[in-house]
Amino acid sequence: HLQDPPEHVDAPAEFSFPPTFSVSEIKNKQRRHLMFMKLKQEKRKQKVAIKKKKKKERDALGDKAPPKEVPKTIENQRVYDETTVNPEDEEVAFDEGTDEFSAYFNRLTNPKVLITTSDRPRGRTVRFCNQLATVIPDAHVYYRRGLALKKVIPQCIARGFTYLMVINEDRKVPNGMVLCHLPDGPTAHFKVSSVRLRKEMKRRGKDPTEHSPEVILNNFTTRLGHSMGRLFAALFPHDPQFVGRQVATFHNQRDFIFFRFHRYIFKNEKRVGIQELGPRFTLKLRSLQKGTFDSKFGEYEWVLKRHENDVCRRRFNL
Amino acid sequence: MQHDDVIWDVIGNRAFCSFKVKTKVQNFCRNEYNITGLCNRSSCPLANSQYATIREEKGQCFLYMKVIERAAFPARMWEKVKLSKNYEKALEQIDQNLIYWPRFIRHKCKQRFTKITQYLIRIRKLTLKRQRKLVPLSRKVEAREKRKEEKALIAAQLDNAIEKELLERLKQGTYGDIYNFPIHAFDKALEHQDEESETDSEEEEEEDDEDVGKKEFVAEDEIEESDLNHSHFDRVEEDESEEEMEEEPEASGSKGKMPLKGAVFRKKRAYVEIEYEQEMEPVPKSKAT
Repeated sequence: HLQDPPEHVDAPAEFSFPPTFSVSEIKNKQRRHLMFMKLKQEKRKQKVAIKKKKKKERDALGDKAPPKEVPKTIENQRVYDETTVNPEDEEVAFDEGTDEFSAYFNRLTNPKVLITTSDRPRGRTVRFCNQLATVIPDAHVYYRRGLALKKVIPQCIARGFTYLMVINEDRKVPNGMVLCHLPDGPTAHFKVSSVRLRKEMKRRGKDPTEHSPEVILNNFTTRLGHSMGRLFAALFPHDPQFVGRQVATFHNQRDFIFFRFHRYIFKNEKRVGIQELGPRFTLKLRSLQKGTFDSKFGEYEWVLKRHENDVCRRRFNL
Repeated sequence: MQHDDVIWDVIGNRAFCSFKVKTKVQNFCRNEYNITGLCNRSSCPLANSQYATIREEKGQCFLYMKVIERAAFPARMWEKVKLSKNYEKALEQIDQNLIYWPRFIRHKCKQRFTKITQYLIRIRKLTLKRQRKLVPLSRKVEAREKRKEEKALIAAQLDNAIEKELLERLKQGTYGDIYNFPIHAFDKALEHQDEESETDSEEEEEEDDEDVGKKEFVAEDEIEESDLNHSHFDRVEEDESEEEMEEEPEASGSKGKMPLKGAVFRKKRAYVEIEYEQEMEPVPKSKAT
């Protein structure tokens, strides 16, 4: 049914393409498709052959074989960010000693969180807020009766809250979060995605208890990441109750912060079992503002600009 | 004067009026100077010589009056009177300007003016409250972000990372005395200090645990050579060499695997050190004797 094009007459067993030939020059779609498939198969065969050869060489050399090449990943190839924090950096240490979280880290204040939503929240958002309140110790959920945040904030400060968390909702699903550190701390605006409530978790355990969880913060390397890390750390009380065996994790990967809540148990000194309890969600930082919430006149420390991130796939901010 | 009746007959009843909007129940008039918004004989601005309206521009209300003498100059036909911002004063102004006009027009003007002031007040109140900002989402961008998030999730290997972190914390002792397995840290410490004497016993123990199949081989060799050489030093080295010999095939077999288990890892590490130092000497020595 298919006749080989004249280029292949001289090499029937093995396909050899003349150098100037390109599959896309064949006008007939069916034949072009078939030629392309053959080309792909050919390439695959070559690839497998190269791999086999390499493996043979490696086995032949035995111990003297060169070490295996590490495959390139986005994390390996990440563009070096000049704001990456060096652990011994004095300037950073000084800044952190005197910034808005220093009160918390010097054990002067205990966290108290107020969780609310945007106007007219739907069931999913309300349930999410309630579950968040069980995860974060000393958190209170209040119904937002169309109040302006700017008016809410002084009242919160008066009642001794340290954090204001507003879950924004769109189309019956939470999609944004504003996290405002209260006395006059930074305000972070996040995009929330992939929210899984407790009901939807597979193989979950019982509800979280009242014990304060431990906190794990992974991969917050740059200055911005550091301030994010401190922001999250200050949500939870200083002394985790190890009796409760609960751990809240904020893991940063490629600018996405994954939140998970687990209960762990040490089976022996080398193995630990974890069971996911509470809600899980993903955050992506959209803007960090210096003072409390003020969208019009606030001073923005950092704003997500898409065209900056589109330039290079291996550049991340957190 | 214009022929109002004729005009109404034509546009209202028989022929076409471009401002008329017909619905099932009612007719509306889209003319901007219409006072009620309905298409009626008395509300039609085209079919009434004596006509007045109220219109508002940028928060300012004006009274428009039609001067029929200028019907030939439509651009100059309507006269504008600016109404005061005070509601009562404005009503008086309307009364003054429309003093001998038909009741209908006066009444409807005042009604319209009231409605306009009410909605202006509402606008002013709303601008003081929170304004909802609608941000458009780009489908392509959202899809891209979603994909990136999935890939990031896969790359993150969260469970592994969390487990590793917890084990690290256990090792560093942040949990204090709650968990009763300090053996791991203890072993590590010992290993770092004394390598030869400690690791021998450890290696033999591990051998027993893992090399069940190869145990017979080891035992036979031991019997052969331990009979010949009774010195403690040689025996120790023989043990090491035997372990080396039988570890070699095992090591090459497991080369592809990551040394996950701490025990294997430890053995390999210790094995490498001893191999370089003492492998060559004891073997020929024992065979000679």
